[in-house]
Amino acid sequence: MVNPFRGFSAVFYKEALHVRRDFGTLFFSLIIPLLQMFLLGFGIDTNIRQINTVVYNADGRRESRELLDRLRNSDTFNLIRFVNSDRDLNEAIVSGKCRVGIKIPVDYSDKLLHQMSAQVLVLIDGSDSSVAGQAINVTTSIGLDESLRRVLGSSNAPFAVDMRPKLLFNPDSRSPNFFLPGLTAILLLNVTTFLTAFSIVREKERGTLEQLFVTPVRPMGLLLGKLLPYLMIGFFELCMILTFMRFVFSVPIHGSVLLLALLSLPYIFVSLSLGILISSKANSQAEAMQLAFLTILPSVFFSGYIFPRETMPKFFFILSYFVPATFFIDITRGIILRGAGWADLWSDALALFLFGTILLVIAARRFQNKVIMA
Amino acid sequence: MSELAQPAISAEHLVRRFGSFTAVNDISFRVEKGEIFGFLGPNGSGKTTVIKMLTGLLPLSGGEASVLGIDVRKDPETVRENIGYMSQNFSLYSDLTVTENLTFYGRIYGLSNDRLRKRMDEIVQLNGLGPYLNRLSAQLSGGWKQRLALGCAMLHEPKLIFLDEPTAGIDPVARRQLWDLLFELSAHGITFFVTTHYMDEAERCSHVAYIYYGKLIADGTPDSLRELPDVQPPGTYRVEITTPEVTRALRIARTLPGIRSATIFGQSIHALINDDLDLDHLRELLLKQGIVVAEIRPLAPSLEDVFVELTYKHQSEIEATRG
Repeated sequence: MVNPFRGFSAVFYKEALHVRRDFGTLFFSLIIPLLQMFLLGFGIDTNIRQINTVVYNADGRRESRELLDRLRNSDTFNLIRFVNSDRDLNEAIVSGKCRVGIKIPVDYSDKLLHQMSAQVLVLIDGSDSSVAGQAINVTTSIGLDESLRRVLGSSNAPFAVDMRPKLLFNPDSRSPNFFLPGLTAILLLNVTTFLTAFSIVREKERGTLEQLFVTPVRPMGLLLGKLLPYLMIGFFELCMILTFMRFVFSVPIHGSVLLLALLSLPYIFVSLSLGILISSKANSQAEAMQLAFLTILPSVFFSGYIFPRETMPKFFFILSYFVPATFFIDITRGIILRGAGWADLWSDALALFLFGTILLVIAARRFQNKVIMA
Repeated sequence: MSELAQPAISAEHLVRRFGSFTAVNDISFRVEKGEIFGFLGPNGSGKTTVIKMLTGLLPLSGGEASVLGIDVRKDPETVRENIGYMSQNFSLYSDLTVTENLTFYGRIYGLSNDRLRKRMDEIVQLNGLGPYLNRLSAQLSGGWKQRLALGCAMLHEPKLIFLDEPTAGIDPVARRQLWDLLFELSAHGITFFVTTHYMDEAERCSHVAYIYYGKLIADGTPDSLRELPDVQPPGTYRVEITTPEVTRALRIARTLPGIRSATIFGQSIHALINDDLDLDHLRELLLKQGIVVAEIRPLAPSLEDVFVELTYKHQSEIEATRG
C-alpha cells in the first residue's frame, strides 16, 4: 500500500526549521502588513473635506457674505485666499494653490433683491475627479437650497419631496471600514503566494528539489508538507489583521468571525496554488519576485479594493472576475460590514475553490513537464 | 535467475526522445553488484537523462531498464526507495545543521527513530562528521559538505548509489578521501554509479562507459578498453616523448613518416606510431630537425586516449553515413 502523502511529516519538519532559522523573513512578512494597515487605516481618508478655495467677492454686501458662510460651514471648502481681480482668481488655481475658485459678481445682492437670477461662478480644478465631483455636488446643492429658501419665502410650506439619505453599514463614512476588510485580501495574498513561491524556488536554486524527486517522497507529501506551514502562517496573519482591525481601528465585525475564517481557507488555497504555479515557472528568487508582483497588481486595481468595479470599462469589469481577490473582498466586506451570511457568499467561496483547483492542476502539470522531466 | 547473477542495473536499448531530438539513442549496458561504474561523457551528451530514466523520473521512449531487479517503468517508487542519490551540488539545506540534514533525509526514507539514531551513529563514525554535528551545513567546507551529502544518500542502506559528479569543485585531498571511502563501501557490496569529468577518477572505476551525444561508444573495464583495436590499431604502439620544446616538437612530429597521431600532455608528447619505427630512429629523426629529446618510452594508452580515439572514430562514422 503506497501512502500518497509519503514524506509529508519529514518535509513539514524541515520547513518548520527553515521558518525558525529565517526569522527575519517571517518577521517582515508579518510586520509589513501591519505597517500597511497603519498607513491605510490612519493615513488615508477618502472623504473630501476642506478643499483649498480662493474667493473673489466683487459684491461684498451682506447677501454675498452669507453665501460664503454657507460654503464655509459645509466643511467641504476652506476659504484660504481672497482676491480682487479675475486675473488673481485664475492665477491661484493655475498655480495649484487652490482647487476651487468662487467669484461673486458685483450685482449679486442687487439681483437677489430684485428677484432676478443671481449668478455665481465656480471654477474647479478637474485634475482630481473625486475632488471636482465633491465640489460640484456641494456648490450645486447649496445653490439649490438657497434658491428654494428664497422662492418659498416666509410661507413656511414644507418641501414637496424630502430626500432623507441614510448610510448603512458605514454610517460615518470611515475610510478604515472601507479599506481594511479589502486589505486583508491583499495582505494574505502577499504572504502566502510570496512565501510558498520562494520556499520552492529556493530549493530549485540549491538543487535540493532535484534531490527530493529521487527520494520516495510523493508529490502530494512534498506539496502539502511545504504548503501547510505557510497556510498556518497565512491563517495567523489573518487573525492578526482582524484583531488589529477590530480593536485598533474600531471596525465593527457585523457577521460571523467563524464564517470569515472558514471562507478564508479557499482563498488561502488559491494564493498557495498561485505560489506553486509561480515556482514552476521561475528559476530564481528574483524571477519569482517579479511574477508574484504581477499577481499583486491586478489584485489591487481590479478587485474593487480601491476603485469600485462597477464604474470600470466593460473589459476590465469582466477581467475583475478572473482576479481571486475580487471574490474574497466581496466575502470580507460582506461579513465584516454588512453582516452577510453563508447564503449570500457561497458563490464567492465556490468560485475561489474552483480557481484554486484549476491553478493547482495547471501548476502540478507544469511541474511534471517542466521541472521533473526537464 | 539467482540473486547473485542479477545485475544491479540492466539497461536494454534505452531510448529517450524530446520531440524530434533523440537524447538517448539505443543504449544498453549492465552494472554488476559491487562495481564502481564510471559513466563518462561531455556535457549535454545524455548522462543526466540516463540517470533520470534509471531513477524513474523520465519515462522511457523505448527499451527496458531494471534497477536492483525492479522494472523502473512499472515501479519507480520502489526503485527510489532502494537507491541513494547524490547530485553535484550536494543538495543540502544550508540553513540546517548536520544533524538536522541527516534527520530530514532519514525521515524522508521512513526510518524509525531507533534505526535513524543507529544509522546516524554509523555514518558519523564512517564519515568522521562527529565534530561538526551542530554546525550549519553552510559553514562546512566543500569536502565536508560532500561527505554529509553522501551520508544523507546512504542513511537508508541503499544497495546502489548514484553519484552525479561527486567531486566537481572539491580540493584534491577531499577527492582522494572520497574515493577511498567509495572503495571501502564498495567492498561491503554497495554498487556505485558515478559520473565524472576527471580521467584519473575514471581510471579508478572497475567498469566505465562513455556516452557521446546519445550513443554509448565505449563499455568495459579500463584495461579492456585500452586494448580495443580502434584504440590500439594492429601494427602500432604508443610512445611518450619528453622534450623542453613541446610545441615545436609537436609541429615537427606530425610531419614525420610513421607517426599516425600526436598530442601534447604537459611537458611531453603522446604519439601513436607504426611498429616499424623504432625509438632510436625516432630520436634521430627529431634531432635532425633540432629537437633534443630528454626521454622517449613506450606507453600504454590512457583512458583519455581511449575516449579521444573512439570519439574520432564515431565522428567519422557519422560523417561517412551522411556523405
